[in-house]
Amino acid sequence: MSLISLFISSILAQNIILTKFLGICPFIGASNKEKNAFHMGLSVMLVVTLSSIITYVIYYYVLVPTNTTYLRTTMFVLVIASMVQLMELLLKKYLPKIHQTMGLYLPLIATNCAVLGITLLNINNDFTFTQMLVFSFGSSLGYLLVIYIFATIRERLETSDISKAFSGIPIALLTAAIMSLVFARYL
Amino acid sequence: MKTILNGIIKENPTFVLVLGLCPALAITTKFENAYLMGLCLLIILVFSNLVISIIKNIVPDAVRIPVYILIISTFVTIIEILLQAYVPVLNSILGIYLPLITVNCIVLGRAMAVASKESVKTSVLDAIGIGLGYTVALMIIAFFREVLGSGTITLMDATSSLTGYKAVYTLPTTNFFPMNIMSGPAGAYITLAFFVALFTKLRGGKKHESH
Repeated sequence: MSLISLFISSILAQNIILTKFLGICPFIGASNKEKNAFHMGLSVMLVVTLSSIITYVIYYYVLVPTNTTYLRTTMFVLVIASMVQLMELLLKKYLPKIHQTMGLYLPLIATNCAVLGITLLNINNDFTFTQMLVFSFGSSLGYLLVIYIFATIRERLETSDISKAFSGIPIALLTAAIMSLVFARYL
Repeated sequence: MKTILNGIIKENPTFVLVLGLCPALAITTKFENAYLMGLCLLIILVFSNLVISIIKNIVPDAVRIPVYILIISTFVTIIEILLQAYVPVLNSILGIYLPLITVNCIVLGRAMAVASKESVKTSVLDAIGIGLGYTVALMIIAFFREVLGSGTITLMDATSSLTGYKAVYTLPTTNFFPMNIMSGPAGAYITLAFFVALFTKLRGGKKHESH
């Protein structure tokens, strides 16, 4: 697959939220403010791209030569968690302004399945290094795009008249269903 | 018994708590996948709750979460290796959603809320209840999605080499049925939305306990 089509499909047709259901806990739970969603999406992009590179290198240069690929899940979780921690410390020290906006979301991202999911998909799909970079950047851009659009829709939903049983999570899920139809080219 | 029932109905992890949605939405295209996924989660949840409740007094508060995640990921890896050895088909069906149990909000949530506070017996019972509740929820979602989306009911197919028993039923098709949309991602969101709404209605319209 050429890199451009991989990039486009990882943003739109193969969107990680709408077709692979990764990282939907914060998607459903936290994204009702436009600005918060944007910052959250940016933090996810940063963490996903960095941790994809690190886990990819660790997998092919440490786990494969030593024949311990079964440790992959444990290793990846540890790498992601410690990287997030490190990033938070560095941001706090050197870029306090960015830390104020993004710092809140970093601990949440450590246990976000989108990050672990993308790093595992990189390995499962046998990507080359360049493909891996394009895929993880594209997927996380897709995440940002969807979570931002979704937050703006939910701001409207808050004030609209919805039956009691459907208000909150159910209507959010229905919105996601319609969005996934659009993204998966059903409509 | 009360703890177990509580996990299945009153605190159903999917329909009431609305946690751990990734696998609940992703692998529920077939009835069989749903109960096998539920079973995997049940086993992992029981063992991790057991171990965590035993060591809860030794682990310092500051490193609680990393230790819990390590314990959970150990059991996930064990299940993964066992599946690879005995049912490789199932391992490829569940794909990345099996290792993703490591960061599943249900498992970590139960570890934090129950196993780190209650006695060993309560934690294990709670794990069984929540695990069963999750399995039942997945089976319900998958039943509707498979019947409406592909017009079949797969009771046993991928594991038939292990059990020597195969059961796939096909329903008659009509003009509008089966509907492809239900086996796609949108169908997953729609089915879950209706069940969450139904449970909210049954519980008297109370708001969801948020994450």
